[in-house]
Amino acid sequence: MVERDKVGKALSHLVLSLGVLVIAFPVYVTLIASTQTSQQIVQQVPMSMAPGGHMFETYWVALFGGETSYGSKVAPVAPMLWISFVSAMVISIGKISISLLSAFAFVYFRFPGRGMCFWMVFITLMLPVEVRIGPTYEVVSNLRMLNSYAGLTVPLIASATATFLFRQFFLTVPDELVEAARIDGAGPMRFFKDVLVPLSTTSIAALFVIQFIYGWNQYLWPLLVTTDESMYPIVMGIKRMFAGGDAANEWNVIMATAILAMLPPAFVVLLMQRWFVKGLVDSEK
Amino acid sequence: MGSISLLNVVKRYGSGPKANPVIHGVSAEIADGEFIVIVGPSGCGKSTLLRMVAGLEEISGGQISIAGRVVNDIEPSERDIAMVFQNYALYPHMSVFDNMAYGLKIAKVPLDEIRTRVDKAAKILEIGPFLLRKPRELSGGQRQRVAMGRAIVRQPQVFLFDEPLSNLDAKLRAQTRLEIQKLHAELGVTSLFVTHDQVEAMTLAQRMIVMNAGRMEQIGTPEQVYQAPATTFVAGFIGSPPMNLISGRGEGLQFYTGGQALVLPRPAPRSGELLLGLRPEHCELVDAAGAGWQLRVDVVEMLGAERLVYGKLGDALFTARIDGTRVPPAVGATVSVHAAPERLHWFDPATQQRIQT
Repeated sequence: MVERDKVGKALSHLVLSLGVLVIAFPVYVTLIASTQTSQQIVQQVPMSMAPGGHMFETYWVALFGGETSYGSKVAPVAPMLWISFVSAMVISIGKISISLLSAFAFVYFRFPGRGMCFWMVFITLMLPVEVRIGPTYEVVSNLRMLNSYAGLTVPLIASATATFLFRQFFLTVPDELVEAARIDGAGPMRFFKDVLVPLSTTSIAALFVIQFIYGWNQYLWPLLVTTDESMYPIVMGIKRMFAGGDAANEWNVIMATAILAMLPPAFVVLLMQRWFVKGLVDSEK
Repeated sequence: MGSISLLNVVKRYGSGPKANPVIHGVSAEIADGEFIVIVGPSGCGKSTLLRMVAGLEEISGGQISIAGRVVNDIEPSERDIAMVFQNYALYPHMSVFDNMAYGLKIAKVPLDEIRTRVDKAAKILEIGPFLLRKPRELSGGQRQRVAMGRAIVRQPQVFLFDEPLSNLDAKLRAQTRLEIQKLHAELGVTSLFVTHDQVEAMTLAQRMIVMNAGRMEQIGTPEQVYQAPATTFVAGFIGSPPMNLISGRGEGLQFYTGGQALVLPRPAPRSGELLLGLRPEHCELVDAAGAGWQLRVDVVEMLGAERLVYGKLGDALFTARIDGTRVPPAVGATVSVHAAPERLHWFDPATQQRIQT
C-alpha cells in the first residue's frame, strides 16, 4: 500500500508539486507573455512574471488579425482554429465509426479471408504516418485532394489501434446477448446500433479524446498537403508566425495563439473526463 | 397450436468424415401446452437440442416442426418462440421496460399494445415497481423474472428455458420453480425446459426427456421414468442416491453375485448374465443375519429425516436408505436386505436396456 506516515506523505506531495510546477510553468509563462506587449517581453530582462494589461487587445489581434504595435500585419487565427477543429472532429468521428464497423465485422461475421483481413489491418499498426508519408502524399495529390479538408483528414482516418480496441471489447460481450437479440428479431445492424454501440460508449468517449488531440496536433501531414494559407491548421499557423530574416517576432501574439491552440483540446478533455468517469462508475456488462 | 415435433434430429459440428456428431437422431412428439423437461448430465446435448429448436444452432439432419410448420430454415425471431437464458441475457443499458419491449418494438407492435402487454406481464411476475430500473440494479431473482417477462410479452407458441434457475441460490430456486409451475398453469404455453438438476426435472415436468451422450434415453412422465427406467443410465441418473445396480447371473429364483447367491422373491426374467437394480429407498434392512441378502455395513450417514447405509453386497457396493428415527445398524455388522418383488428392476448387461417383467 501507499505510505501512510507523515514524512512519506509530505515527500510524495513535494514530488507531485514539483512535477506540476515543471509542467505548468511554461504554460504560465506563455499565458503571462500573451498579456504583455512585445516590447515589454523583449526589453524587460528577465521577463516580468506578473500579468500585463494588454490581454484583450493581444487576443483580439491574434484571433482576427490586424496591425501590431510594431506596425506589421498579423494573419487572423480564427479561421485556422476552425480548420483544426473541423479536421480533428472529422478524424476522430471518422476513425471511431470506421473502427466500430470493422471491429463489428471481424467479431460477428464469418467471411472468407477474415483472418487475413484482420492481420492486414493489424500490420498497418507497425507503420506510422511518417513512414508511409511519401506514397500517401502521392495518392492524395493524384486524387486532387491537396488543400482540402479531405486531404487533411481522410488519410488519417484509418486506424488499426481503434479497430483492435473495439474488437477486444466486442469479444467480451456475452454471446447470449447476441442470441437474445436474434430471438427478439434484431438484424445485425439493429443489434449494432441498439446494443453494441450503447455498450461501447465508455470506449468511444476515451477514444474520442485521444483521437481529437491526435487530429488537432497534426503538424507534418498538413505541412505537406496544404500550400494555400486558407487551409492552414493552427499548429502550422503558430510555426508560420515566426518571422524570417530581420523582422521582429510578435511574441505576445505568438503566445496568445499558442494559448488559443491549447484551449480546445483541454476543453475536450475536461468535457469527456466527466463522461468517462460516469461511464466507468455505472458501466456493467 | 404450439406442438413441437422432432423427427430424427441430428447435430454434427464440422462436415465430411471429420464431422463430430453431438446429437444422434432424437425424435419426440410434444403436445400443445405440455411442459417438457430435458434432463441429462453436462455435455449430453440437451442445450444443443434446445438451441436447435430456438434456431440458434443449425440442424444438421432431421426435421423440427413447431405448430405444424417445419422450422429448419426459419430465423429464430420467426419461429414464434421465446427463450429464457441461463445468464438472463438482459440488455444492460436498457431499462426493464425496454428490455421487455425490445422485441415488440422491432416487430413494430403499436406502442399502446406494447405498454399493455408489458404491464400485464409485469403484474403477473410482480416486477411492476422495477420497470424503469436498469438490470444491474436488480437482484438475481428479479433479473430472472425480467427475463421471463421478456419471454411472456412476445406471446409465443413455445417457451424455451435454458437452465434458468442455475444462477439462483437454493431457496430462490425452489420458489422460482413453483412460480414457473404456476405460470405454466396460468398461460398454458408449451414449454421446453433444460436442466441438469433432477429435482427440477421431477417437479416441473409433465413429461421428461432423459438424454445421455447425444441420445434420448427415455421420454415419459416423472413417474414412468422413476418407476420403470428404460436404461441403466436413467436408473442411475434419476433418483438420489442412485439405484443400486448389481451384476450377476440369474437362474430361476437364484441370483449369483460375488460369491453370494441371492434368493429372489420372484424368478429372474431369464437365465444368464443380468443386472439387478434396486433403489436405496426400497430396501428393508433386517438385523437378523443369516436370512435374506447379506449386507456388510461400512458407513452410516445421518441426513435428518433419513439415514444412508453404505456397505457391500457380495462384491458390489450397495446403498440403502432407512428411516432416520430407526436405530441404525452398527458399522461392521452384517444385516439382511429385503425388497418387495415389484421393486426389482432387470437390465440386460450387453445393451443396458430394461428387461420388462
